[in-house]
Amino acid sequence: MNAVLAVIRRDLLLAMRRKSEVFTALFFFVIVTSLFPLGLGPEPALLKKIAPGVIWVAALLATMLGLSRLFAPDHADGTLEQLALSPAPLGLLITGKIAAHWITTGLPLVLMAPVLGLQYDLDAGALGVMVAALLLGTPLLSLIGAIGAALTLGVRGGGVLISLLVLPLYVPALIFGAGAVEAHLSGLGAAGHLSLLAALLALAVFFAPWATTAALRIALE
Amino acid sequence: MLTARHLACVRGERRLFSGLDFAVGAGQWLHVQGENGAGKTSLLRILAGLAPPAAGEILWHGEPIGRLGEDYRRELLFLGHHSAVKEELTPLENLLFAARLDECALSEAAALKALARFGLKGREALPVRFLSAGQKRRVLLARLAVRQARLWILDEPFTALDVKAVDMLSALIVEHVEGGGIAILTSHQTIPLPGGQVLKI
Repeated sequence: MNAVLAVIRRDLLLAMRRKSEVFTALFFFVIVTSLFPLGLGPEPALLKKIAPGVIWVAALLATMLGLSRLFAPDHADGTLEQLALSPAPLGLLITGKIAAHWITTGLPLVLMAPVLGLQYDLDAGALGVMVAALLLGTPLLSLIGAIGAALTLGVRGGGVLISLLVLPLYVPALIFGAGAVEAHLSGLGAAGHLSLLAALLALAVFFAPWATTAALRIALE
Repeated sequence: MLTARHLACVRGERRLFSGLDFAVGAGQWLHVQGENGAGKTSLLRILAGLAPPAAGEILWHGEPIGRLGEDYRRELLFLGHHSAVKEELTPLENLLFAARLDECALSEAAALKALARFGLKGREALPVRFLSAGQKRRVLLARLAVRQARLWILDEPFTALDVKAVDMLSALIVEHVEGGGIAILTSHQTIPLPGGQVLKI
């Protein structure tokens, strides 16, 4: 457990020292979601309708931005070898790395989303549902993204390949995440969508680190 | 006691070596020699358990390393070609992180002492980015001084080190081997250490 905490701490420390990487994803998210109201004009009904979709698609793409750098630096400087040789199981350490990725890219998006949602004329209830959906959905994006990042490790032009691999896998998160807010707005209640997101997250927490570790072991050989 | 039986390594289509047999006991060290591309690094990575051999097996105290898993890794210290040192972190942070990853308790004072031993006094708080290649290497070698491992597998440990650092490292390896440890290293230079077996591949 100590080793896992050390991995998380080190990755957060590294993120603090390379601030530009953290802020790129956040700025991308803020700018993309702010451009839509400017481009579509001030029509509250329309904006309210597209808000969940726009915010979720922007969140997906913002998470994608840093994915290729999730394991590449560690692979290049040999840290990944040392992780594999640690007495602690590699799968746990990788879970730590994914957790750190979520804290540096996913969590800022969740915290920023309510402010951005105001531009789309969403009320407090809808904003609450959106934050809940993102809170369940963004860790899912990090977990699935890690599989793609591990599979494309060391591949030339890996950045494009990651998008091709990962974006289709993000579709369920997008559907249920954006659907939660829509369901709330239409009066159906978001509980069903949120439960499905939570179920997907539980599934990913178990299987994604395992798949990621298997892919990393192949890359290390 | 590390024993290799009929080891073979295949890279792509090429067979690098096959039928390799050797045994290194406590208090011994092994110098792996061979031309560039002979498969020295591949051999060390196989011995560390990072890559599976194409054929043969590796035994640690008579047990296959694959079955030992965590127990083997706890006894092992592998330093590869790459530094595994983060440029943005300071030498002290790098060393403390490596120790936590190895699950060995290392106090900050002990880490500072190890860095001072390798001539990094006064540079503990400087990001590694600002250090020279040799000093980066010294950060890595400071790990040897703090880690309690029975088996050291070192790939070209003398690269980029100045004369003084070479002496320090040699002393460290002698101390380790005399204390009943095992060291396996590759180097193109002659290694200024007493005893030792030579394995040519």
